[in-house]
Amino acid sequence: MMTTLTKQQQDPAARPGLPTAGKTARKGRLRRLGDLKMALFFIFPAMIGFVLFYLVPTIRGVYLSFTEYSILGDPTWIGVKNYTAMLGDELFWNAMGVTVQYVGLNIGFQTVIALGLALLMHRVAKSTFIRGALLLPFLVANVIVALLWFWMLDYQIGIVNEIINWMGLPRIAFFGSEQWAIPTIAAVNVWRHMGYTALLLFAGLQSIPNHVYEVASLDGASPTRTFWSITMPLLRPVMVLVLVVTVIGSFQVFDTVAVTTGGGPINASRVIQMYIYQKAFGESDFGYASALSVILFLILALVAFVQMKFLKGNESDLD
Amino acid sequence: MKKTIGVAAAAAAIALSLSACGGGSPASSEAKGEINYWLWDANQLPAYQQCADDFTKANPDIKVKITQRGWDDYWTTLTNGFVAGTAPDVFTNHLSKYPEYAAKKQLLSLDDAVAKDGVKLDSYTKGLPELWVGQDGKRYGLPKDWDTVGLFYNKAMTDSAGLTAEQMANLDWNPKDGGSYEKAIAHLTTDKSGKRGDEAGFDKNNVAVYGLGLAGSGSGQGQTEWSFLSATTGWTATDKNPWGTKFNYDDPKFQETIAWWAGLIEKGYMPKLETTVGASLADNFGAGKAAINTTGDWLIGQYKTYKGVETAFAPTPKGPDGKRASMFNGLADSVWAGTKNPAASVKWVEYLGSTACQDVVASKAVVFPAITSSSEKAAEAFKAKGTDVSAFTTHVKEGTTFLFPIADKAAKVDGIMKPAMDAVLSGKKPASSLTEANNQVNDLFK
Repeated sequence: MMTTLTKQQQDPAARPGLPTAGKTARKGRLRRLGDLKMALFFIFPAMIGFVLFYLVPTIRGVYLSFTEYSILGDPTWIGVKNYTAMLGDELFWNAMGVTVQYVGLNIGFQTVIALGLALLMHRVAKSTFIRGALLLPFLVANVIVALLWFWMLDYQIGIVNEIINWMGLPRIAFFGSEQWAIPTIAAVNVWRHMGYTALLLFAGLQSIPNHVYEVASLDGASPTRTFWSITMPLLRPVMVLVLVVTVIGSFQVFDTVAVTTGGGPINASRVIQMYIYQKAFGESDFGYASALSVILFLILALVAFVQMKFLKGNESDLD
Repeated sequence: MKKTIGVAAAAAAIALSLSACGGGSPASSEAKGEINYWLWDANQLPAYQQCADDFTKANPDIKVKITQRGWDDYWTTLTNGFVAGTAPDVFTNHLSKYPEYAAKKQLLSLDDAVAKDGVKLDSYTKGLPELWVGQDGKRYGLPKDWDTVGLFYNKAMTDSAGLTAEQMANLDWNPKDGGSYEKAIAHLTTDKSGKRGDEAGFDKNNVAVYGLGLAGSGSGQGQTEWSFLSATTGWTATDKNPWGTKFNYDDPKFQETIAWWAGLIEKGYMPKLETTVGASLADNFGAGKAAINTTGDWLIGQYKTYKGVETAFAPTPKGPDGKRASMFNGLADSVWAGTKNPAASVKWVEYLGSTACQDVVASKAVVFPAITSSSEKAAEAFKAKGTDVSAFTTHVKEGTTFLFPIADKAAKVDGIMKPAMDAVLSGKKPASSLTEANNQVNDLFK
């Protein structure tokens, strides 16, 4: 996705949909139809996967959301009862609140830190080794990262608390206290993902033509001014893409919670995915869990749409 | 990247529902072939492997393949297996899980086999076989072992505190002032400067050793956390057991017990709930951070492995009724209703529930087998290893056990009670807030 975006920016002529006269447009359409067979042939393998593992399950998931289904036995149609139950479900609203809190912390810190890292990579750290090292946390599996931090941040025997204690400060129950659980989980995931996000933004930075900067420096613009007036606007399409992808990923946080707090203490870290998992696999309430999933799906679609629409993610200021 | 769980779940559900239709192949009535057997406790695997070898020696036509899975994966894999048609023929079953499986018709009734093969139900420890008779009056498992809870204490700490083994074995408790049980816990607590919990100037914010360790809030059962206390007040979790439909978490007797227990945290005698996330109760004990742990006999082996720590065992304290109490939990082996090989499976379950196999299990000294005579052998095997297990067997001898609350919708009850109990124990809400949770629980059964 990244490459197509950058290519489009460098080569505006390749952008489709330019207004042309009727005749050429028709010819173009015919040509495109002629390519259809070939195109289908190439799309086919990916299509099988999409239909089998995404489309059919999604449709069935939507169907199940209108049923009561315990996996053993057949689903019974109950109409919108799952959805109306959700409105009065305190745990659902709590889960949404917790998730939004997590997304806010996670995306806020992650984007700012990643942007800083990307600028450093772009300007200062030219060594491939250092650039590669930034990506290291991302190469470790999520669950391993979560467990690693879970142990390092343990109240009694974790190394972080040993250090805090040694400095004469009171120990912190990172995963155990209600105030700290979500910020801790968010921080762990920021640590894991910031290198990867920085890499995406770094690619975006590289696509900004150098001559724009040259003109800016000729005009005597300060580095701060250059950043806000040139880097940020020209980075916008990439930034929007990164935000859409990371926000969607962030809403779906599950593994870190599942292997550390399991949703606790009390309900402090029961994010929406965790709640869905508990309803489905813990309480065998697949109908209600499906309804929750559908709602999450709608929210994510809406969030992505709003981001693309209002941040104009499909347009570049380079044109 | 990440997929939504909902989609993944739905995908799994589809795959499962497709294959579920194919379960109609004829079941073999001959007792031969290979059968799959699952259990979750790795400590018991060697014993059961030997049982399987002995069983195949006696029945050369039947092979038993044993798979061990950790507790966390065990139940979801099992449920998926039921739907997919890949569940094991025979598996170790738990009292909190089997009611749902029986209601969903996933378990094979063993009544015919018990009658036909003359299984001696009275050879099992009293009360155990009846636990596995479902709401429909059918028998869904043969008992394999039982467990009770007790006090595990650090002998060096009680010695230096001047508490004798006899004193530890004769503690009493009440919900008002905690009795000699609380006195012992207070005395065993020490702060960083070495002051004891019952001394003037004790700094409860800088505790070095807690008198009592904390595993968690115990959710709605409190098997090893508080049930041995609440039971001595005459409180029961449900209106009847098994198959209660009305829960009693609104009872003042229960709420007083929990309030007293949660109060230990405030006094600095027990660690805060938030510090228990991640740390294991046993490991903190092994690290010398707690003097007493209340936990189940299945952990005896683990507590004995801590280097430099001598663990001793005492029975649970006597309560207001003058008696001790311990929850009596028992496991059993069940046959999956969808097994292709019911005859061989039933035969294997009967062997697991026989003296031959349970004596083998007893000899390994890891758990107490369900058959009374085998259980006595296990106690001797423990003794031979230098462990006095009378703290656990006394409940069975004196009849001070009470049953694990068996009820339908256990997972949903847990979903309500765990956060509710956590809130009380972390000091967020008073014990009286459990009345509201109780209403929610009882609404499940309306």
